[in-house]
Amino acid sequence: MFAPGQRVRVKDDWPETRGPCHIRTPHYLRGLHGTILRPLGSFPNPEDLAFARPAPRRDLYHVRFAQPPVWQEGRAGDELVVEVFEHWLEAA
Amino acid sequence: MDKDVPRAHHDLGGAAKFMCEPVDTEPHALTDFDKEVDAIRQILGMKGVMTVDELRRGIESIPEAEYHRLSYYRRWIRSITDNLLRKGVITEAELRSTLEAG
Repeated sequence: MFAPGQRVRVKDDWPETRGPCHIRTPHYLRGLHGTILRPLGSFPNPEDLAFARPAPRRDLYHVRFAQPPVWQEGRAGDELVVEVFEHWLEAA
Repeated sequence: MDKDVPRAHHDLGGAAKFMCEPVDTEPHALTDFDKEVDAIRQILGMKGVMTVDELRRGIESIPEAEYHRLSYYRRWIRSITDNLLRKGVITEAELRSTLEAG
């Protein structure tokens, strides 16, 4: 579990290079640091549902990122909020 | 950070190609085809045949050139068809004969 305000890093992982997969973590976030905004509840893992496999529930979070390091545009203070599953996050 | 791995063609967020032109945010009418595809998807979900996540995975598997050529709901029906064939709900022969019968 992560707490609001906690610093996290999106895993620098690229499962699409290892075979068929369905992931909900956009390419532009991998490896970037953000801050937990709020927990959104737990949901069956879409990575398993996509292949009709048993899908354990995973915690989902709103994570806040500063925009300029993500897209190299925008002004200081611009932010991006993205839903990211717990298994894609590590404490930073 | 291993950003050398190319993004998958369906993973469009932040892609420069789509940042150069304004996004059309006006509501647009659905065609009868669009509504029918949506209805099929809902029925398959309610009957436990196919999840929306399987629909999405199937859409992501459409080869890039075809992906960009197909409309939103044509991607859906392509994925639904692929899923139903793979699960054995329908056969290629049934699909072909139904399409030929118009």
